Amino acid sequence: MQIFTKAFWLQLSSPKVFYPVAGKLAPWFAIAAAILFVIGLYVGFFVAPPDYQQKDSYRIMFIHVPLAWMAMFVYIVMCGYAAIGLIWKTRLSTMMASALAPTGAMLTFLGLWTGALWGKPTWGAYWVWDARLTSFLILLFLYMGYMALENAIDDPQRASRASALLGLVGIVNIPIIYFSVKWWNTLHQGMSVSTSGISMEPSMKIAMFTLAFAVWFYTIAIALTRVRSIILERERHAAWVVDLAKAGGR
Amino acid sequence: MKSRHKRLMFVGGGLAGLAIVAALLLQAFNSNMVFFFSPSDVAQGKAPTAKSFRLGGLVEDGSVQRQEDGITVNFVVTDKAKSIPVSYKGILPDLFREGQGVIAQGKFEQGYFVADEVLAKHDEEYMAPEVADALKKAEANAGSMATVQTVGTKGTAQ
Repeated sequence: MQIFTKAFWLQLSSPKVFYPVAGKLAPWFAIAAAILFVIGLYVGFFVAPPDYQQKDSYRIMFIHVPLAWMAMFVYIVMCGYAAIGLIWKTRLSTMMASALAPTGAMLTFLGLWTGALWGKPTWGAYWVWDARLTSFLILLFLYMGYMALENAIDDPQRASRASALLGLVGIVNIPIIYFSVKWWNTLHQGMSVSTSGISMEPSMKIAMFTLAFAVWFYTIAIALTRVRSIILERERHAAWVVDLAKAGGR
Repeated sequence: MKSRHKRLMFVGGGLAGLAIVAALLLQAFNSNMVFFFSPSDVAQGKAPTAKSFRLGGLVEDGSVQRQEDGITVNFVVTDKAKSIPVSYKGILPDLFREGQGVIAQGKFEQGYFVADEVLAKHDEEYMAPEVADALKKAEANAGSMATVQTVGTKGTAQ
């Protein structure tokens, strides 16, 4: 089988080969994300019981937690791509890092926003400067700094090198976010999902994990779509892109 | 050595160094990273009692007293080891109740911790009301003193 050879996987790191593959994969991830969103939201809002203390307001958790998880996860993946691009000088990995940054920033912003909307009815405040909230706000600044730095430098190679370094420095923030509720006194609750188990009802778990996968697949679909534009932009002088444009972009 | 190995070592070494720097910095700033102090912390003199600070713990069962004026509430914040009486004038969050974790911002005045803001803290347990009731009943039957509500203040555990 061709799929089991190393050469098959290595050729996917070529923008020219990856461009049509990404185009074929993206719709499937988008469809999977849409289906999971519907299932997850249905279970979260209609099947899961109200919480014994927070009643129905806890349901924002089904959106808030997947967004926040993915915001952190996307940062790690983005930095992984950026590091590979920095070390092995592979063009496609730096493009993938650039493609993930805006989605990561959006997830972080929505995580903060849904958190604020949840905080007001439960804690009594939209925002407090505790360790979890502050470190998560720093994550948003890191994403924005990453994008700003990359766009501030004209030479794509230098731009991706500089932003990769910034991203990698910022990766120390991820364990700080994750463990902040364990290490320090925070207003934010501790971990509901940890190695010691998941402290919620089965239907709540199903809703939360389904929506986490939905956000994950959404991110993949968007990143694949965005990386196609980035490939075309950065490889615009390559013969195959010129041919593609002449053929009407197909 | 190939240049990509050099870069790999540069990135790997850089990240390791960064992790150490971050760990040391967080260690140094540890006392500034806490959002609130537990009554035990206050008793040990860890809290900056001269100025306004945040006090966190559980609202002691049976301690909530509404005053004559209708908006002042007195209650006791405890971490099961030490307790501090709190006085607050204003609207309490919905989750405020006896046995619930709260964080009050304020300072000491005549033996009372006078709060100008009270926030409710909830724990990481989510369950249906029926389950919570069943747990409570089972607990009452067993006669155990263990509480369903875990203490929300990690200051006591440390």
